[in-house]
Amino acid sequence: MSDVKKFLYVNRKAPYGTIYALESLEVVLIGAAFEQDVALAFLDDGVYQLTKDQNTDGIEMKNFSPTYSALGDYDIRKIYVEKESLEERGLTIDDLQHLTYEDEDDDWAEKDSIQVVTAKELAEIMDQSDVILSF
Amino acid sequence: MATINVNGQEIEVDEEGYLVDLSQWTPEIGEAMAKMDDCELTDAHWEVINFLREYYDEYQIAPAVRVLTKAIGKKLGKDKGNSKYLYELFPYGPAKQACKYAGLPKPTGCV
Repeated sequence: MSDVKKFLYVNRKAPYGTIYALESLEVVLIGAAFEQDVALAFLDDGVYQLTKDQNTDGIEMKNFSPTYSALGDYDIRKIYVEKESLEERGLTIDDLQHLTYEDEDDDWAEKDSIQVVTAKELAEIMDQSDVILSF
Repeated sequence: MATINVNGQEIEVDEEGYLVDLSQWTPEIGEAMAKMDDCELTDAHWEVINFLREYYDEYQIAPAVRVLTKAIGKKLGKDKGNSKYLYELFPYGPAKQACKYAGLPKPTGCV
């Protein structure tokens, strides 16, 4: 199909306190139905969206972090996390959820969705995207 | 706010008939909602409804129909993981209708 575009959803904000993270996730899930080439990027405080063991009891909001594990079911296989943003916050990839997808071209092998990339690499990824949606 | 009557108890639903308070759900509520649509729930229906509830419990979303079809195929077998089978069970749309009886919100992105 020639009209497949490369979509990049850029997430920069902490998961709670504003509606951006949840709205972005919903748009991603809705957009996945259109069979475009979708990638997600997490940088700045956005890296907190993917952290493990979130607990929202104290703020009486729904903890939507388990939904990120469903992204693989929606054929979303490219999740970029900016290295510098993790480091500035004292985080490593081990603080993030382990997100995977099943590769149907490789006998449904389970593969990692998250790739840690440098700011420079992320700039190139942005440059190669047709549509960038920033949240 | 609309309500439906289940065994003498008034249960709140939204304008499209979806449960307002998901924690109120019981299988009897699912049965009552199906009856209002002239739909008799069989074991085959319950297989899908229970699957949806488990999916929601794990991921906090009701899956899109494409994802549901694929996941059902994987869990319950290829003969059930196709839209023909699921539409025969739930003619109003498998994700939409089954989610309603399962007491879940309408699937994200479903219009």
